[in-house]
Amino acid sequence: MSGSHEIRHAPKTSPWPLIATLGGVAMLSGLLVVAVYQFTKPIIAENQRQAVARAIGRVIPGAVTNRAFRLENGRLVPAGPKARGEVIHAGYDAQGRLLGIAAKAGAQGYADMIHMLYGYDPVSQRILGFEVLKMAETPGLGDKITTDEDFLANFPLDATVENGKLKHEIVTVKHGRKRNPWEIDAISGATISSRAVGKALNASAQRLLPIIRSQLDVLRRNGPGTGGEQR
Amino acid sequence: MTTLTKKGGRKGEEGITWDVFAQGLWRDNPVLVMLLGLCPVLAVSNSAVNALAMGLATTFVLVSSGALVSLLRHLIPKQVRIATYIVIIATFVTIVDYLIQAISLDLYNALGAFIQLIVVNCIILGRAEAYASRNTLGRAVVNATGMGIGFTLALLALGSIREILGAGSLFGIDLFGKGFEPWVVMIMPPGGFIVLSLLLVAFNWVNQRLDRRVEQSEGCGHGS
Repeated sequence: MSGSHEIRHAPKTSPWPLIATLGGVAMLSGLLVVAVYQFTKPIIAENQRQAVARAIGRVIPGAVTNRAFRLENGRLVPAGPKARGEVIHAGYDAQGRLLGIAAKAGAQGYADMIHMLYGYDPVSQRILGFEVLKMAETPGLGDKITTDEDFLANFPLDATVENGKLKHEIVTVKHGRKRNPWEIDAISGATISSRAVGKALNASAQRLLPIIRSQLDVLRRNGPGTGGEQR
Repeated sequence: MTTLTKKGGRKGEEGITWDVFAQGLWRDNPVLVMLLGLCPVLAVSNSAVNALAMGLATTFVLVSSGALVSLLRHLIPKQVRIATYIVIIATFVTIVDYLIQAISLDLYNALGAFIQLIVVNCIILGRAEAYASRNTLGRAVVNATGMGIGFTLALLALGSIREILGAGSLFGIDLFGKGFEPWVVMIMPPGGFIVLSLLLVAFNWVNQRLDRRVEQSEGCGHGS
């Protein structure tokens, strides 16, 4: 009608089609995600198992089998591959002889926590080396803790246990000032990351190594052939 | 509701042309022209492998979400379209997250939180809203593929330059031997800004030369 000034309101929309659309799309999304999750779950679990096994193989040279042990009230108890809580891995050679122990350690680095797995030889009482599991250190600087040859030459590191604790605290010293086998020579330009390695190893070793040393027979008795080992 | 184009056809129902695909490769490249999704571009382009993986993951999400949005475009009420697109995009990001974990945990750790952050990448929501929701399935998929490849190529160029200068390698393969002193800043965040700005300068310079050449040839054509 010409000349009329009717205000045109938007037609009211019923909320049900909107709810139905969102609900339908959410249901479809849920189905897709669950299908992919179910498909990838065993593959991801296998990848994680292999990553830990690779790291154990690298920190305990010569280990062909490993077995998990859970720490319960100061005692080591054989555990399955999916054990939760504080877990250490004992590495054995082909004859089932105990070669070393791999344990997790972590400390605050420059950007975020540095999570690592380190290998310990209970006979020579030395930390054999470490493998970073997760870190966010600066590429080209902090991440040199995994590649710098001089830094990696700090290992094996003395970790002698005496009277239920480490005889010498593991410490990181400034580049070029390492005098003792329990000291870590820092990387010049990556001091914070180097210190984090020292702190992580010292904190974990102070707590775990006395327990491991006192219960070596448990680790030897429960080696391969007693069930539960992971290849 | 369908809208009519000037040519009289229904919007989004024209055929699939080379231009639909090539739009994202050069003329409307998401990184070098539209400057979209720069957060992951700068963050994960410190190596060629990371750049390629992030590019392919983003392409997968772009194409999959574009396809689903296009398929459902007549069913989604406009009031809830953005919420619906976000749910669809988040679904494919979750899927790509699981797939990368299944392919390689090292790659997953290297890409960090940026896989999950694909969900807020403006390119994907932008394509869903501006293109997929108005075009047929075929056109939406072809356009998203072009955009994804354009994004991947830009990211790969950035990642390759940064890795070569900052680490002396390409795809992890050492190029210069032990004597090479890496230009470390290139694989750190400032390096991302420096290389991106130089790439943008080069891209715009090439574009201007091309435009000038087209103008000159058109001028000659009119004069003859």
